[in-house]
Amino acid sequence: MTTPVKNPEPKVKQPGESLFKRLVRQQLFIPFAALALLVIFNLVADPSFFAVSIKENSLGNPVLSGNIISVLDNASELVILAIGMTLVTASSGGQDISVGAAMAIAGSVILRLVCGGQVTADTMQMNLILAVLIGMVVSALFGAFNGTLVAYFKIQPMVATLILYTAGRSIAAWINNNQLPIINDLSFKYAGTFLPGIPVPTPIFITALVIAVFWLVLKFTTLGLYTQSVGINPSSSRLNGINPQMVKLLTYVILGVCVAVAGFIRVSRSGSINYSRIAENIEMDAILAVALGGNALSGGKFNIYGSILGAYVIQFLTTTLYKYEVPSTALPAYKAVVVILLVVLSAPVVRSKMANLRFQAKADKIAKEAK
Amino acid sequence: MKKVFCLLLTLCMVLALAACGGDTAPADSGSSAPADSGSDAQQPAETGGELITVGVINNDPNESGYRTANDAAMRATFTEENGYKATFYNNNDAAQQIATAQQMIQDEVDFLLLSPASTTGWDTVLQDAQAAGTQIILFDRMLEADESMYVAAVVSDMPAEGQTAVDWLAAQGLDEYNIIHIQGHMGSDAQLGRTGALDEKVAAEGNWNYVTQQTADWDEATARTITQSVIDSGKPFNVIYAENNGMARGAVAALDAAGITHGKDGDVIVMGFDSDKWAFEAVLEGSWNYMGLCNPLQAETVDSIIKNLMAGQAPAQKITYTPEQGFDCDTLTQADVDTYGT
Repeated sequence: MTTPVKNPEPKVKQPGESLFKRLVRQQLFIPFAALALLVIFNLVADPSFFAVSIKENSLGNPVLSGNIISVLDNASELVILAIGMTLVTASSGGQDISVGAAMAIAGSVILRLVCGGQVTADTMQMNLILAVLIGMVVSALFGAFNGTLVAYFKIQPMVATLILYTAGRSIAAWINNNQLPIINDLSFKYAGTFLPGIPVPTPIFITALVIAVFWLVLKFTTLGLYTQSVGINPSSSRLNGINPQMVKLLTYVILGVCVAVAGFIRVSRSGSINYSRIAENIEMDAILAVALGGNALSGGKFNIYGSILGAYVIQFLTTTLYKYEVPSTALPAYKAVVVILLVVLSAPVVRSKMANLRFQAKADKIAKEAK
Repeated sequence: MKKVFCLLLTLCMVLALAACGGDTAPADSGSSAPADSGSDAQQPAETGGELITVGVINNDPNESGYRTANDAAMRATFTEENGYKATFYNNNDAAQQIATAQQMIQDEVDFLLLSPASTTGWDTVLQDAQAAGTQIILFDRMLEADESMYVAAVVSDMPAEGQTAVDWLAAQGLDEYNIIHIQGHMGSDAQLGRTGALDEKVAAEGNWNYVTQQTADWDEATARTITQSVIDSGKPFNVIYAENNGMARGAVAALDAAGITHGKDGDVIVMGFDSDKWAFEAVLEGSWNYMGLCNPLQAETVDSIIKNLMAGQAPAQKITYTPEQGFDCDTLTQADVDTYGT
């Protein structure tokens, strides 16, 4: 079980290839380039974008404040979702579009438990860790529901998850008897805001922890290898003793757990929930993060660090647009531009054209050397 | 083992599906033929003597705390004990609402209570209703039609709400008004009314400025992000005018994180709208300054209009506005919170 997973794309260093070309070949090139563009734009337009200062919050704790902190903080949910989404994409070659609705369910379950069924609670009625664990189990079950449809009933992931996408927010409301519960206990909000005495927003720590867990899991288990082989060719993985259905199901369950963590952070930020608005359209951002990370949306090889970086790039873009007071209704249009660019760049026609260019350049060089 | 596991998952799936089937009323749209003209004569028999049949079409109760209260009040008023046989339908999609309305007219309800999700597209429903002798009462939201097509409307006066709030803000006598304006869903009745008054004032007065004017689509998290980005940019501001309480709450979360004082004696004036109890309490504590009441409890007014109509008494005026007022942290009392909080 401890076969170390090799880097899926061993770096082929070919002599005579320029540094730039080697860079372009890297999977992480696209997200890094996008990030660099945003950083350069902000540096040129207004370097104060990067200013970070220490302020005292209303509870008297010193806290860090600034756009960069906002980006890291607000991207948390998206990063966690993007990790789960990458695994699902890799194994099943499709995306789960129900993550936003599932976040509403997880958040609703956690709030119902800590409020003890009351509409307004001043103290937590249940141990927070237990409540979050139950939220994870519920969310994992819904993940299993999606995973079963995809893996055993062989339904297209987007169609399978459309069910929960449509019904999820009603289920979330039903869990709380259509009430909008509010918890006023300050300690409930630690996870979404700040721990007393620590100036860094807690979601940043939670995200770092989730990334660390996945780093360890991918390093010391065969999850990554199995996911990849199932995504590339389920039949041949079965011949090699892997159960493709089980692996697909497992990735959806893992995404379910990620969703619960993200949902917890989101409700913890405010201590309340609005079923029809919470995490609206976040599934699109999560899928975009996976694509931006250079992962093929048709499954197979994957790189979760690409998706993580992609998620931060999206949040960076959002924060930048807010800073320049682009109306928030126009944000999706800007994201659409990014999607179009990505889709065009990754289209087979463009890819083969680029490969030809590369080949042409090499041929020229050889011809020159021969002279 | 594997089979058992499979079975378990299938079961889980079926259960989850069963849970989804919850509260949707029949939305069958096979209603091309309007109810025949003989329906008027059948109506007394249909109602079973005493009970008045009503069909209630409302928006999704999960949309906001306002809507939750509105829907709950309707359901609490139109009960059998109160002399009604009511069918409820909730959807934010106007097409679904229209299909259900036509179904209800075919089912020959006496009254159709309507909170339309969109202002247009209702012509066929209104004509069918008139042909079938179903009386339409609008509540909470208006639609674009001739007044003769419905018997009464009980709605909130959004422009008046906005004006009351702006007048209150002007009375605070600040030297300069630097406003973060967080708007609701663009084009909705509430957004237009509440934005209108403020826009006029900012255009008219030299010392009223927008630091930013953005829509957060009624979403708390977006409102927090918008406020945070203004704080990060370092621009000075002293007023947050959020078009509902949820968004005001999001903005306040951003202020708290940055240690900016707000409310009574604070640096920033916080204003919200609607009727949530927790928001009333925030005003009472002095954590917020102002809340414009948007009364979601139209059920009782609608109830009395129907009872009067049944007694042969037409309503005094076509459009009844629910009483709205503004509350601020200096004058709000616990009694107000108990009366108006939902």
